[in-house]
Amino acid sequence: MKIYANGMHYAALNAAVRQSKEDTEIFGCVGQRYLGAGLEDRKIVIHGTPGNALGAYLNGAELTVDGNVQEATGDTMNGGVIEVHGSAGDATGYAMRGGKIFIEGDVGYRCGIHMKAYLSHRPAIVIGGRAGSFLGEYQAGGTLIVLGGHTEHKPIVGNFCGTGMHGGEILLRCDALDAALPAQVKAERIQGPGSEEAVSLVKEWCARFGKDETPYLTATYYRLTPNAENPYRQMYTPN
Amino acid sequence: MMQLYIRPDYEVIRNEARCIACRICERQCANEVHSFDPETGLMRSDESKCVNCHRCVSLCPTHALKIVKTDDTYRENANWEAQTIHEVYRQANTGGVLLSSMGNPKPYPVFWDKLLINASQVTNPPIDPLREPMETQLYLGKRTVKAEREENGLLKDTLPPQLKLSVPILFSAMSYGSISYNAHESLARAAEALGTYYNTGEGGLHKDFYKYGKNTIVQVASGRFGVHKEYLETAAAIEIKMGQGAKPGIGGHLPGGKISEDVSKTRMIPQGVDAISPAPHHDIYSIEDLKQLVDSLKEATEYKKPIIVKIAAVHNAAAIASGIARSGADIIAIDGFRGGTGAAPTRIRDNVGIPIEMALAQIDTRLREEGIRDNVSILVGGSVRSSADVVKAIALGADACYIGTAALLALGCHLCRSCHTGKCNWGIATQRPDLVKRLNPDLGYERLVNLVSAWKHEIEEMMGGMGINSLEALRGNRLMLRGIGLTDTELRLLGVRYAGDSL
Ligand code: SF4
Ligand code: SF4
Repeated sequence: MKIYANGMHYAALNAAVRQSKEDTEIFGCVGQRYLGAGLEDRKIVIHGTPGNALGAYLNGAELTVDGNVQEATGDTMNGGVIEVHGSAGDATGYAMRGGKIFIEGDVGYRCGIHMKAYLSHRPAIVIGGRAGSFLGEYQAGGTLIVLGGHTEHKPIVGNFCGTGMHGGEILLRCDALDAALPAQVKAERIQGPGSEEAVSLVKEWCARFGKDETPYLTATYYRLTPNAENPYRQMYTPN
Repeated sequence: MMQLYIRPDYEVIRNEARCIACRICERQCANEVHSFDPETGLMRSDESKCVNCHRCVSLCPTHALKIVKTDDTYRENANWEAQTIHEVYRQANTGGVLLSSMGNPKPYPVFWDKLLINASQVTNPPIDPLREPMETQLYLGKRTVKAEREENGLLKDTLPPQLKLSVPILFSAMSYGSISYNAHESLARAAEALGTYYNTGEGGLHKDFYKYGKNTIVQVASGRFGVHKEYLETAAAIEIKMGQGAKPGIGGHLPGGKISEDVSKTRMIPQGVDAISPAPHHDIYSIEDLKQLVDSLKEATEYKKPIIVKIAAVHNAAAIASGIARSGADIIAIDGFRGGTGAAPTRIRDNVGIPIEMALAQIDTRLREEGIRDNVSILVGGSVRSSADVVKAIALGADACYIGTAALLALGCHLCRSCHTGKCNWGIATQRPDLVKRLNPDLGYERLVNLVSAWKHEIEEMMGGMGINSLEALRGNRLMLRGIGLTDTELRLLGVRYAGDSL
């Protein structure tokens, strides 16, 4: 089904998408929020720029955007795929528990905050460019990969990467780690993305955006994980 | 490091003439206070471990036990009381942040106890609730709707979703993890039987309890534990937790050790990994951001569920509530500083926030002045202890009350304030299977039904006495209240006259 979204209120647009029950193509999207919220099993292609909270609580549907997306993309996402042929705003993948988000360009602040894994739910975000500050804050599980495709000599991540991290992993494709890491995070230098899961995520990103895999699979990465010797916890005294 | 001895606060007194050394106390005390001495054939006790939960006292078959406050004393000092001295010792011993549980125990004024309820005499006579109908049913939700008509003139149903309650009392948010499976089952079944709601807290909803969905309020907190489509869809309403009265500005942190297999399934996080939900939602920095979360939850549930926003009662609660009333939320829940908790830093619990009575009166006044009171219903909690507190809260402007501590007391809680140790001898604030099974949900749910039914009856009697036959007519009716022992400022903030000040 095709929907021409120009001038439509987000509630009307979302209702139309929900009712269609089939794969949908949206044209002329101009900032309508919550597109695809909680949707399960269908593909939605969006032309234009969707508003905040694209794919919130997404539960299996596949969303493709041929441009940039705004804040809180994939908030509390449980399953499915969001593919963005552009950049994403702040808090991308907030508290995401499952599914995958592929961003061709950059992400803003707080990407992957509160991301958590659970049994077969293994959330992942792969970012082609750079990530803003607070990447993976309070991360409790899942995988965040920043490929640093076009850093323009700026750092691949902003400040406070992994603050409060207590699970999961962050992979940064770079030759030197210039970001200062908090004490709860430890970094190791590896050749290639590491685990099979990470390799397949990088391959999938390359396939989705038509990139040659080689430079991405052979490069140096920094793998960040919680530092077991210095866990994120406050010392309490029962009173 | 030198560990300074801290003398126990209580003494376990055993009447040797009555004790038959049956060893029940030994088996019942998870703190391992009691032990049997085979040499003498007598029971012994190590009072340094006692938390004064009264489990042993209640279960001793010969009533041989009592727990008394120790009369051991430091040099008397009104400024440096024993508790204050002990807290300094504890922190010097360990270097830790003091952790406590349940509500603020400090002797701050309780304004409920300084408010008196009116009764009718002669004109506008009292109503006998046994003879005449009393309306205690109510709806929570937005009441501002534009009337719209179909082409054929019939009214369109434009009413936003409402929660229907048969009594103005709900069970407040307590997560599975902070309290036990059996405690949750008791609350869920009681809510269903009473025609009201219980609240999952931020710990997700156990699969077994999906069947109570139409009496369940689910919570969405910053960590989003257990939040997914089905969880949202199962619930009758969704509560966004911005704050909690016992620890305003502080988040939740359930240590990995308390994440049992079952709790892990419910929260949808791996077993043994800490569950951290910090105070801020990192996507909410303004009322506009809050509106976005409200709207995204509405979209995900197709506008079928009322959205509640819960905040702690803090200094600027009225201004904050005014923002929330414009955020699209259907209900505001306000939690006062005496509200309970499974664990909170002592300093926060005892020093942060304001009494619910003041916050409620100010919020109701503010929303009325701004003409937006009907945008939202108001729920209050944070130490509502009796039916009289409920009546006073409604007269101050609340639509209904959340009860937490009172509900736990009904389940057997003895307010020992040691929930944070995870060794609740009453099977409530624990995940230890041997302790959990002490709380029988078949009996627990009945006791909750008893409590709320009794309160409902008392509420009807008080309403009847005032000559009021529906909650609707009581809500915000502050002329039904008079203050006693209050200053002019307190009277002004509460919006009530002094006792004896006749119209
Ligand atoms: S902790 Fe409870 S059960 Fe144990 S001795 Fe003290 S009062 Fe009795
Ligand atoms: S719930 Fe249990 S541990 Fe907590 S105060 Fe009540 S009796 Fe004590």
